[in-house]
Amino acid sequence: MLRFIVRRLLQLIPTLGGLSILLFVWLQRLPGGPEYALLPDDATAEQRAALRRSLGLDEPITVQYLAFLRRIVQGDLGTSLGTGRPVTEEFFTRFPATFELGVTAMLIAVSVGVPLGYLAARRRGTVLDFAAVGGSLLGICTPVFFLAFILKVVFAERLGLFPSAFRLSPGMSRTDLTGFVVLDGLRTGEFDVVWDALLHLALPGLALASIPLAVIVRMTRASVLEVLGEDYVRTANAKGLHRNTVRTRHVMRNAMLPVVTAVGLLTGSLFAGAVLTESVFAFPGIGSFVYAATQGRDYPVLTGFILLIATMYVLINLLVDISYSLLDPRVRAQ
Amino acid sequence: MSSSTPLLAVDGLSVVFRGRGSDEVRAVDGVSFTLEEGRVTGLVGESGCGKSVTSLALMGLLPDRGVEVGGSAVMRLPEGPADLLRLPQRRMRDLRGSQMAMIFQDPLSSLNPVVPIGRQVTEILRRHRGMRGPAAEKEAAELLHRVGIPDPGRRLREYPHQLSGGMRQRALIAMAVACRPRVMIADEPTTALDVTIQAQILELLRDLVTEEGTALLMITHDLGVVAGLCDDINVLYAGRAVEKAPRAPLFAGPTHPYTVGLLGSIPRLDAPRGEPLTPIRGSINDNIAWTQGCAFAPRCDHYTMECLQGPPELVAAGAAAGTRTRGPDGGSGGEPVAEHVHRCVNPLRGTDTADRSAPEGPAAAGEDEEAQG
Ligand SMILES: Nc1ncnc2c1ncn2[C@@H]1O[C@H](COP(=O)(O)OP(=O)(O)OP(=O)(O)O)[C@@H](O)[C@H]1O
Ligand code: SF4
Ligand SMILES: [Mg+2]
Repeated sequence: MLRFIVRRLLQLIPTLGGLSILLFVWLQRLPGGPEYALLPDDATAEQRAALRRSLGLDEPITVQYLAFLRRIVQGDLGTSLGTGRPVTEEFFTRFPATFELGVTAMLIAVSVGVPLGYLAARRRGTVLDFAAVGGSLLGICTPVFFLAFILKVVFAERLGLFPSAFRLSPGMSRTDLTGFVVLDGLRTGEFDVVWDALLHLALPGLALASIPLAVIVRMTRASVLEVLGEDYVRTANAKGLHRNTVRTRHVMRNAMLPVVTAVGLLTGSLFAGAVLTESVFAFPGIGSFVYAATQGRDYPVLTGFILLIATMYVLINLLVDISYSLLDPRVRAQ
Repeated sequence: MSSSTPLLAVDGLSVVFRGRGSDEVRAVDGVSFTLEEGRVTGLVGESGCGKSVTSLALMGLLPDRGVEVGGSAVMRLPEGPADLLRLPQRRMRDLRGSQMAMIFQDPLSSLNPVVPIGRQVTEILRRHRGMRGPAAEKEAAELLHRVGIPDPGRRLREYPHQLSGGMRQRALIAMAVACRPRVMIADEPTTALDVTIQAQILELLRDLVTEEGTALLMITHDLGVVAGLCDDINVLYAGRAVEKAPRAPLFAGPTHPYTVGLLGSIPRLDAPRGEPLTPIRGSINDNIAWTQGCAFAPRCDHYTMECLQGPPELVAAGAAAGTRTRGPDGGSGGEPVAEHVHRCVNPLRGTDTADRSAPEGPAAAGEDEEAQG
């Protein structure tokens, strides 16, 4: 197991290396640069060229890349052009917000998607099944940005049921321990803060949950249908076990295996949705910052954040693979 | 309950699958047999003749939609006789595993891959015998020991993929016998196993029947397997019994061309070397509906025009052809009282098959198989 983990972590190095090269090439091709975003529109060509020089952007790309590598080895991802603060600091102050949003979205997706997928499989061919399958198709096709916007307009602005922006209501005071609002609130007993934070998480969480929810419904349904036809489920029924025992121990334990893998991949892909969702709800997380950094051509932030997100992605999937191997003894043996 | 009533009397069992849109499939069409304590009843026939569907119907394990089950299967239960086909699902769940148990063909796929063997044994003890904790584990280890699994303590903690094929089947048998069921159904329990292991498993089943007085329904496509094990044999073809008899008369003088064909495809030790096996030509798909005549006719070497004049009746073998020998009630669902019956208008009459005697003991089946390989 340890060797497996170490091997996976070592694989991270070539992955990040390749990704950083791609990023460098891609940023190079992006029209416009920081000299347009940072300087006023009436700046002269000389001023823009000077800025490029001072940022080292006039060097050949290989030289830039090597300099970047030299810094990164020392744990330095550079400084944001927009805020002047270190990229890592910017990342880790915003990370708790996005983490809470992502967890909310995955909790919604799993807690609704798994039971719904199971019911759709058990009631195959009924109205419920068609509704679940059709609804999930809709969920996959609807752009997250659009859904977030609709939710905000309807439930926040029209109906006023939920706040339309930020992590907490303005003027809400709280004790900051870790940056995780919900966790801190639970630790310190500030339940009004917890409730307020949850209200703020609801709509963006729902928007972000749409694609994972849809995927989980379909995967669970397919997986349950397959497992229901397995011989060992027939054996369990032949033993006269209670329906609940058959369902949990024999059907769901096996049917969840592919879903667990999917949850890992979906959690990773949440970052893409977070960029759009956070922007719509002015949610102060990584996503909205990346969005702003794209607008401002903040190269160090873009490169650094994307590399950190990729690292998270790999770590999340490593965790998922570890938990998978705990769930499936056949994998453990290998 | 007088001792003359059988433990389980299956009468006119029929199962029809109605797929949405597709034609109906008569998988089982009026099958009758009885199971008695301490006796082994064989259900023999080619793939697709309805053996598994018969057993699943008795266990109440058929899908709950798109299936029509007819006939009756009256079992003597502690609280009085009951028709298994009409009991509510909840009641069947109580009976399954405790009063009746089943062993399946493929032991690997029949075991849950992610649950330790021990749990899969103790869960049935907990369900039907209320045992839990160390008591259940001790009993589980004893059960594994009883079915011949060495080092049961270790095996209980292992997962199915860590056991050999024979051991997996033994584990499934341990689960089946855990609550001393009175009826046990084994659906081709040895097909997926090596020949040497096959013989061992058959011997184990035979011992359980002898020691516990269990009634065993043995399902197989291989007459060689039933030869040493079954007391009574039912040969099925396309959902109907075509010949049934106790072991000795059946092996001594099979009368139905299909049975003779099945026997002909068993290699024999005493046959002259190089004599070709005589398997039945064609496949079970080459048949006509029973309603039109004998379903076996397209593959039968003895068929005449009479075979296509409606379905042949199940009649006593040995009596004049065509004589129907009904039970005292003489009514519907009654079957011939004769020991040896067949469903054929031109039955074979002994001479060409009489030299065939039943091999002895389950091991005989294994030896035959080995001689082949
Ligand atoms: N769920 C089902 N829906 C429709 N038809 C079915 C279903 N299950 C079985 N059948 C049909 O019933 C017939 C008998 O099947 P069954 O499984 O009982 O055969 P079998 O004698 O056990 O064969 P094998 O030796 O291959 O196990 C087959 O023609 C099969 O196609
Ligand atoms: S009834 Fe006719 S076709 Fe059918 S088995 Fe007998 S001889 Fe052959
Ligand atoms: Mg079968």
